Amino acid sequence: MASGAEGIVLLDHGSGGRATHQLLREVFFEAFERSPELLDAALLEDLQGPLAFTTDSFVVSPLFFPGGDIGSLAVHGTANDLAMVGAEPLFLSCGFILEEGFSLRDLRKVVRSMAEAARALGIHIVCGDTKVVPRGKGDGLYLNTAGLGRLLRSPAPHPSRIRPGDRVLVSGPVGDHGLAVLAAREGLPLKGLRSDSAPVWPLVKPLLEVLGEDLHALRDPTRGGLATTINELAEESGTLIYLDEAAIPVRPEVRGGAEILGLDPLYLACEGRFVAVVSASRAAEALDLLRGLAGGEGAALIGEVREAASRPLVVLRTRVGGERILPVLTGEPLPRIC
Amino acid sequence: MGKVSSRIKGRRFVLQGRVQGVGFRPFVARLAARLDLKGWVRNGPEGVELAVWGTPRALSAFSASLISELPPLARLQRLRVRGLSEPPPEGFAIVETRQGPSHTLAPPDVATCQACLSEILDPGDRRFGYPFTNCTDCGPRYTVIEALPYDRPKTSMRSFEMCPECLAEYRDPRSRRFHAEPNACPVCGPQIWLCDARGERIPVADPLAFVVRTLREGALWALKGLGGFHLVCDAQNEAAVRLLRERKRRPKKPLAVMVRDLAAARKIAELTPAEEHWLSSPEAPIVLARKRRPFPLAESVAPGLHLVGLLLPYTPLHHLLLRAWPGLALVMTSGNLSEEPLCYRNEEALSRLSGVADYFLLHDRPIVAPVDDSVLRLCGDRPVLLRRARGFVPEPLSLPRRAPGTLAVGPLLKNTFTVTREDQALMSPHLGDLESLPILRRFEETLTHYRRLFDLPLEQVVCDLHPDYLSTRLAEERAQKEGLRLLKVQHHLAHALSALGESAEEPALALVLDGAGLGEDGLIRGGEIYLVEGPVFRRLGSLSPVPLPGGQAAEREPWRMLLAYLSFFTEEVPEPLRKIPAEKLEVARRVLSRGPLTTGAGRLFEALGCLLSGETVNHYEGELAARLEALAAEGVGERPYQVAPRRERKGVQLPAWEFVREALRDLRAGVPPEEVAARFHRGLAQSLARVLSELSEKTGLRRVVLSGGCFQNALFLEETLSALEKYGLFPVFNSRIPPNDGGLSYGQAVYASLSRASAQRS
Ligand SMILES: [Fe+3]
Ligand SMILES: [Mg+2]
Ligand SMILES: [Zn+2]
Ligand SMILES: [Zn+2]
Repeated sequence: MASGAEGIVLLDHGSGGRATHQLLREVFFEAFERSPELLDAALLEDLQGPLAFTTDSFVVSPLFFPGGDIGSLAVHGTANDLAMVGAEPLFLSCGFILEEGFSLRDLRKVVRSMAEAARALGIHIVCGDTKVVPRGKGDGLYLNTAGLGRLLRSPAPHPSRIRPGDRVLVSGPVGDHGLAVLAAREGLPLKGLRSDSAPVWPLVKPLLEVLGEDLHALRDPTRGGLATTINELAEESGTLIYLDEAAIPVRPEVRGGAEILGLDPLYLACEGRFVAVVSASRAAEALDLLRGLAGGEGAALIGEVREAASRPLVVLRTRVGGERILPVLTGEPLPRIC
Repeated sequence: MGKVSSRIKGRRFVLQGRVQGVGFRPFVARLAARLDLKGWVRNGPEGVELAVWGTPRALSAFSASLISELPPLARLQRLRVRGLSEPPPEGFAIVETRQGPSHTLAPPDVATCQACLSEILDPGDRRFGYPFTNCTDCGPRYTVIEALPYDRPKTSMRSFEMCPECLAEYRDPRSRRFHAEPNACPVCGPQIWLCDARGERIPVADPLAFVVRTLREGALWALKGLGGFHLVCDAQNEAAVRLLRERKRRPKKPLAVMVRDLAAARKIAELTPAEEHWLSSPEAPIVLARKRRPFPLAESVAPGLHLVGLLLPYTPLHHLLLRAWPGLALVMTSGNLSEEPLCYRNEEALSRLSGVADYFLLHDRPIVAPVDDSVLRLCGDRPVLLRRARGFVPEPLSLPRRAPGTLAVGPLLKNTFTVTREDQALMSPHLGDLESLPILRRFEETLTHYRRLFDLPLEQVVCDLHPDYLSTRLAEERAQKEGLRLLKVQHHLAHALSALGESAEEPALALVLDGAGLGEDGLIRGGEIYLVEGPVFRRLGSLSPVPLPGGQAAEREPWRMLLAYLSFFTEEVPEPLRKIPAEKLEVARRVLSRGPLTTGAGRLFEALGCLLSGETVNHYEGELAARLEALAAEGVGERPYQVAPRRERKGVQLPAWEFVREALRDLRAGVPPEEVAARFHRGLAQSLARVLSELSEKTGLRRVVLSGGCFQNALFLEETLSALEKYGLFPVFNSRIPPNDGGLSYGQAVYASLSRASAQRS
């Protein structure tokens, strides 16, 4: 790799002049397989509705962590948000906010990782933007992605469709991403941690096709983890969601690491998992289906929806048989993770 | 005739307070007869109403005796008198209760009186061996009352129709059972029966003999008592006690034991006169007293502690059982699984406790309002209630000012709520940890019961500052739903106000030593010195902030806190920390700087408890702090650790880690842990007292209020009181209100009453 000034992001790279063009050509176009003709916007032809549109910004430290990096995360995060309304992810935009002095080598790695993640999912990165902020005004790199997708079916899954009696499934073990990123950032000697960052569409699509209207709601347990996500679902549907602690999959490495740090894995973020609320009569079928798919082997039936007594609540049946209320936390019990 | 009648005057009285269900009307009737007065007395919605006619001299004798000869359980809070011009009636009569919107109070439950006890032990008495014997001086009250005014049809005794003999007693003003609402006898009253764990009835002629025989064999019983179920086993049988712990999922937390009488209690504990007084009081709380050595009960009753929780029988059923019991004591612990509320209904107990108890003793007097046993300990002669429940609730507490109808929701753990009526605060019994669903339900049931019982319209709700307490969420929700004003009060201000109570309007210095509460500045606080002036406070000092590694985990695992304190002065790893796996220790050390900061004093006690006891985790809240006190109780405290405060920009800070440094140095020098613990207790008390005396000089305030969970430690409270008194300061501390979070809701209610007042003034 080139040394010296060539190897880092300069303020000029954000000027819009020649340096910018060179950066785009050398780092982005090749990776994203775009022609170097510079249009102000991407033209998307023959789009059939109904469409879903979302955006997400990514601020993560460190930028590279076991199991992923900010690039793949920015693709998965936005694509997964589309999947959660039952939409097939099609197009993505990307906005890079670079800090002066950021290594071009790392930038290339991030961009390549984005491209790879997009390719694997069959999603096209069609437009983008870069800005450079002076040294000290950013943490190396911030990323924003917006995504456009097509609803596979209507009505889309929505928390308002949750009914007492429904069952709650999770697509795999929880807490991996949050703990892996935390351990990487703090340099903690915890073993066997790896982010679960992954696209969920390959699991969601068959579920939508097979379950149809019996798939009532989807939500990805990102910030705030499973506990927060389930609380949102209870709140938005006005129900009591009853979870069985023993049924919630948590990898032993995550459980052990979280215990040492004094964290509850149920509040740690995931980036490649989702929660599905389905009709009771189809729960077993949905679980079998997920478990039969690559990436869904760890899926589990974790609880059920009940009538709320006086307020929406999430209750955890603990291993020793107690019934603990899983609260919504106002702040992060952790430093910010994405 | 005209001459005589002109000397006759009439007076009318309205008496408020605890005047119903305590034999008040017969007392008045007897007094009237003695002084040859005419008139009448009745229960009314506002209390007891009465009118008497007689000579001026007889009338003033009446007024004086009314106050000086009050029945033992009665408490007068308000007395209104006015003259009457109408002529007197014939004789004196107790007349029908007048109905109306209630302003009376439900009395607390009262332990069996001597007269009733003699009856149940007398083979010639018709109540011989009858477990539900009571009279106007004793028996169930709060636990059986459905509505006020207190009358039998509004109690759970209404389904038992009195036999002619009971009815005669009930109607006879000369009888001890005149208007004893729960009056009963073997013919007409409630009965007990026995079941196995599947709920199958066990037909035996002598139920208590069966209970005793099986208890001797090591069986566990669930026994329905006054305010709920107890789990019972032989307190001298180590295997039985362990089995109970295992099944109840309560590994270490001390268990209360019931003994037949004071003589038996003295065999188990070294009792002071004050402890004996409280053990045999009508409130009959669990009293924590110093264990006798060698301890005659199973070690696992109260492992690692120098105290044992004792209580005396407080119902005839308990008396009969303990008199039939050949051993020294029975474990009597509340009938619930850990994190669940007390069971109090037959079916509920059979389903929830069937995995714990082998047998059930049930009865058919429904418990309307469940209530746990109260827990009390003594600091010298001064009582400190640690848990306010049976015998104390729903006795009202005074507020500094009238408050608009207020609900104070309390904290998350050890929750109680308080509702206000004018200048009175009605505290709920101890409820438990609100994050447990069944306890949250118990909270709501109890609140509904209180509001119905006392007819309480609400205008405002007051809660803690902590946004993640479930109680805060409930308060916000209720405020929004019912359109109520919402007040938030900082945790430690509420603690301080709970100890100041009705004198909270006067400014005072406050020393609040507690576990953890959210500070108004976002810090996890709990070792604070304030200037409290009504509803506002200013922080004058605190313990210096230290990392709280792992947040909540540091509370469960005090070794983490020990690590945090050590990090200020050494890299060394003392003994108890070597038990922690190296990887874990390393990770905990690395994240020290990442965690939140705390000034909590409770954490300091626990960290030292860890260092000195060698134990690393709390099996129950504050276990290692209790272990520390147990060690200190065996030491002298010869050269107390003197730690000098640092003057920081934001006030005085006491570097808490220096106590740990001193302790470690002494340990290294071979000072026994007991002595180290004692030096710490005295040293912390003296170091803080010095800071307070300086602040007293600066502010001119001599009154120092002490509150917070650390003052459950009577040894430390005593050291603090004497250190403060040496400086000429006047300490005020929690006595009838728990210093721990169990008293917080009352402090919140005090805040509410004051903050309204201040709003009106401005
Ligand atoms: Fe507290
Ligand atoms: Mg997202
Ligand atoms: Zn009696
Ligand atoms: Zn009778």
